[in-house]
Amino acid sequence: MTINQSGWRPEAPVQGGPDAAPTYTGNKALMLEEPLLFEIGGSDRTGVDLPEAPKVKSRLGGLERLKPIELPGLTEPEAVRHYTRLSRQNYAIDLGLFPLGSCTMKHNPRLNEKMARLPGFADLHPLTPVDGTQGALALIHLVAEWLKTLTNMPGIAMSPKAGAHGELCGLLAIRAAHEAKGDARKIILVPESAHGTNPATAAFAGYAVKGIPATGDGRVDLEALKAALSPEVAGVMITNPNTCGLFERDMIAICEAVHGIGGYVYCDGANFNAIVGRVRPGDLGVDAMHINLHKTFSTPHGGGGPGSGPVVFSQALAPYAPLPFVEKHDDRYVLVEEETVAAEGHSDAFGRMVAFHGQMGMFVRAAAYMMSHGADGLKQVSEDAVLSANYILRSLEDTLDAPFAASGPCMHEAIFSDAGFAEGFSTLDVAKGLIDEGFHPMTMYFPLVVHGAMLIEPTETESKAALDQFIGALRHVAGKAKAGDAALKAAPVHAPRRRLDETAAARKPVLVWKEPVQARAAE
Amino acid sequence: MTTLYFTQDHEWIAVDGTTATVGITDYAQSQLGDIVFAEVPAAGTRVEKGKEAAVVESVKAASDVYAPVTGEVIEGNGALGDDPSLVNTAPESDGWFFKLTLADPSELDGLMDEAGYKAFVDGL
Amino acid sequence: MRYLPLQPADRQAMLGVIGAGSVDDLFVDVPAAARLSGPVPGLPMHQTEQQVERQLSQLARMNQAAGDQPFFLGAGAYRHHVPASVDHIIQRGEFLTSYTPYQPEIAQGTLQALFEFQTQVARLFGCDVANASMYDGSTACWEAIVMARRITRRGKAILSGGLHPHYVSVCTTMAKFTGDVLETSTPRLEGTAEMEMARLIAAIDSETSCVVVQNPGILGRVADLSELAEACHAKGALLIAVVTEPVSLGLIKSPGEMGADIVVGEGQSLGVGLNFGGPYVGLFACSDKHVRQMPGRLAGETVDADGQRGFVLTLSTREQHIRREKATSNICTNSGLCALAFTVHMTLLGEKGLRELAQLNHALAVEAADTLAKVPGVTVMDGAFFNEFTLTLPKEARPVVRHMAEKGVLGGVSLGRLYPGVKALENGLVVAVTETTTREDVAALAAALEEALA
Repeated sequence: MTINQSGWRPEAPVQGGPDAAPTYTGNKALMLEEPLLFEIGGSDRTGVDLPEAPKVKSRLGGLERLKPIELPGLTEPEAVRHYTRLSRQNYAIDLGLFPLGSCTMKHNPRLNEKMARLPGFADLHPLTPVDGTQGALALIHLVAEWLKTLTNMPGIAMSPKAGAHGELCGLLAIRAAHEAKGDARKIILVPESAHGTNPATAAFAGYAVKGIPATGDGRVDLEALKAALSPEVAGVMITNPNTCGLFERDMIAICEAVHGIGGYVYCDGANFNAIVGRVRPGDLGVDAMHINLHKTFSTPHGGGGPGSGPVVFSQALAPYAPLPFVEKHDDRYVLVEEETVAAEGHSDAFGRMVAFHGQMGMFVRAAAYMMSHGADGLKQVSEDAVLSANYILRSLEDTLDAPFAASGPCMHEAIFSDAGFAEGFSTLDVAKGLIDEGFHPMTMYFPLVVHGAMLIEPTETESKAALDQFIGALRHVAGKAKAGDAALKAAPVHAPRRRLDETAAARKPVLVWKEPVQARAAE
Repeated sequence: MTTLYFTQDHEWIAVDGTTATVGITDYAQSQLGDIVFAEVPAAGTRVEKGKEAAVVESVKAASDVYAPVTGEVIEGNGALGDDPSLVNTAPESDGWFFKLTLADPSELDGLMDEAGYKAFVDGL
Repeated sequence: MRYLPLQPADRQAMLGVIGAGSVDDLFVDVPAAARLSGPVPGLPMHQTEQQVERQLSQLARMNQAAGDQPFFLGAGAYRHHVPASVDHIIQRGEFLTSYTPYQPEIAQGTLQALFEFQTQVARLFGCDVANASMYDGSTACWEAIVMARRITRRGKAILSGGLHPHYVSVCTTMAKFTGDVLETSTPRLEGTAEMEMARLIAAIDSETSCVVVQNPGILGRVADLSELAEACHAKGALLIAVVTEPVSLGLIKSPGEMGADIVVGEGQSLGVGLNFGGPYVGLFACSDKHVRQMPGRLAGETVDADGQRGFVLTLSTREQHIRREKATSNICTNSGLCALAFTVHMTLLGEKGLRELAQLNHALAVEAADTLAKVPGVTVMDGAFFNEFTLTLPKEARPVVRHMAEKGVLGGVSLGRLYPGVKALENGLVVAVTETTTREDVAALAAALEEALA
């Protein structure tokens, strides 16, 4: 069997500390406990007033729901308070630095939100006759043109719903291109340091996945990659800048080698924010790349989505981009869908990936961001992101092990390992210690090629003072891990919750609320 | 008369004539941490030496359990469904994964005995 | 630049600490051939907030927003009134600007809201469990087919003619690459829900992994799925039910109650808004016994080191970041903020509100159907419906829709738009009526139809 990293179980709570003086409510001043909706709501309670329905003869064909649905409601004041209290148990970019490597937690401008809520965008039905959607199509076209220009790539698919969906789109285009040549290839090469979505996507697209090792300096081993190339290889998936935060110096040579065997290069664009406005992936030889609008172009992460993952394509793959897409004919915008696809000369399009036209709300936000920054501002964005990451790398390399410190400058994120921590202390402990210091922890244990990896991405939207405070805090917490300070094992002690028992959650999953048995019996 | 063998992938196999019981070693469970789920093969499943036969999951990891030898599964350990922690508390007894009939007893030749496995683990 | 806090002096000081002469030195690993000397050519330079607002507002004004005229479009996206407090809550920075809850100690807000969401969706659909959302209804539908293949180890899915054609298109696109076999068909204007159920039952065989049926269907028809569910189970297949209008479940028996094994849906109706097609929120529910085969994120209850109740993401070994190429799905983000909007709207409604809302939708739709039936030449389809029904016009519906739109009435979705080239459907017009529709709107539609058909 194969053995991996294990989970964590809570030990006995550390005595004393902030819990020494329990309160009657369980609240701690501004830290407020909040029950579940199901414990406070009622089936007869509602936060909406509706007019009485006209009396008509039902046409439901006898399929009326007879049993209660058991959906408790709250009045508006109760609902607002319930969710406001819950919101305060979350960390957020609005509260502080959020250095989650590879996730790019940058400031989300509020202009984006305001624009996305304009009724012309927000209250527009996707099947409105095309003449009534010219502004929306123009907006999609505008974002598409920006993305194509920023990447110097001629084709685009706007519809993918998120980064992983964009990856799938890219790989399906690669497969469609091979199949169009009657050349069904079987293998996708993926570097060991890749994000887990890469192999998962390749498998979902029907490919076998073959790993490529990294060199000691944290980059793709070009010779190993060349050795793995064969006529069976459909393409490679490469993240650049890579998940160790380094630019793949050999990117052009990699692309040439892959093209040499008739394969295509898929670039995971998760880290495009490091080079946007400064480097165009098309100039490196990339054939397809998804762009996470929620990373590079500041659309909000929203606690886990919605994302948006448009994919740009090289000339070779552009014809296979999926439906629908927007074209401009003179002054009119046309929505190319199934029925017009042949007439518009796109009969190679590989199909459709979503019900409608993609994440319009995210396109509006990204447009507002791109137009605000402009070409000059976006260049400054990547420069400041890279500058801030290098500042963190060089400020902390005396405290933490930086495995690739000698590999040159990092790009938008700095990586450290757990080497030098006292016996029994891990990256997890440092992360939890940072929580008590008022920061969201960095990405932990990813990429897998670095032991106990800590991947720190400050982004360009932090002031120097904020960076300095974070550096000081991490230095302080890492010091405890190196010294073997037992108190760190109890962290966090100041968060809404202490460490949670993930083992118990997974062994006997409780995924929906059920009324406690005693309560039912008492009724 | 039961003979115990071990693989380099940390499975144990207790052989009694042409039937055998398979599980993962105490070392393996200690490396995985708290086991939260185990999926065992159904009776009648044909498993192949060195190929995936079962799955064991901790919170952060899913690992495959490989068949030490080729054969046909007689029984999967249903008790693991209700209480996967048996793999932690009794890896080499109640926490067994499956029983099978051996297709080719000569496949056992390449496996380690208890002392050999102990030396192998000490060297990791 | 208003979004960049670093000042020139900060940059100089930081370069000093790094030991670099200029920021260009940090990009030395980029091949020289790919380094740009200045801003990317061909794009405008930065603009003020006011300038951006002006241009985007101009584009927004070029669209026919639903609220600006009588509006009857549905077919998978519905206009409902969303209480003001929903948008207020999802715009709180702690929700809007947080990440996937990987650090549960400081993400209980998101996790508890997701747990509430999962519970609400499971109850609404009549299932044991639901996940923390998918991209949208169409992708959830495909993921359900893949899940059924994993569970049954069979590769053929039968898709009902009532399934949204875009959903069918998504599934056939994906199946081309995965090798799944899909049997598809188009709906029939003259048919009934019962006929379609009988057709599906007859099509099930020992190779069938699942039957996928949308309820209410694309034409608005409501069907009893019970017999179909029994027929599926008798042959070892699963029944997947698709719900594109969740408000209907305030009034109609849930798919779970009728025997569906997996229920997926589009949650856009509650809390999310039309947004020209996205972002939306995919709903996904199933029975307890299949939970480990379910795609997507899951929030689960547990306790912390002090024994206090808390929530975590759980069963994550199904997911791509651990299973890599063996994951149940490659999905990474879900539709978190839209799921929150769904949950807040559902909480404001509660059982009482949802039932009243559904009743109102149905009653207004029945009234509208009766009014439109009086338009000369127009027939309303037979059978049961919820808030959407199909009219058969005496001529092709598509130009009629365009004509009415020019006259300021968005009168429905023509079947010609949804099924281009299908002659038998070209006279069909799908009309949706919600609580936002007034009697005056219905009168305006009747008049516009009469005028267009004259």
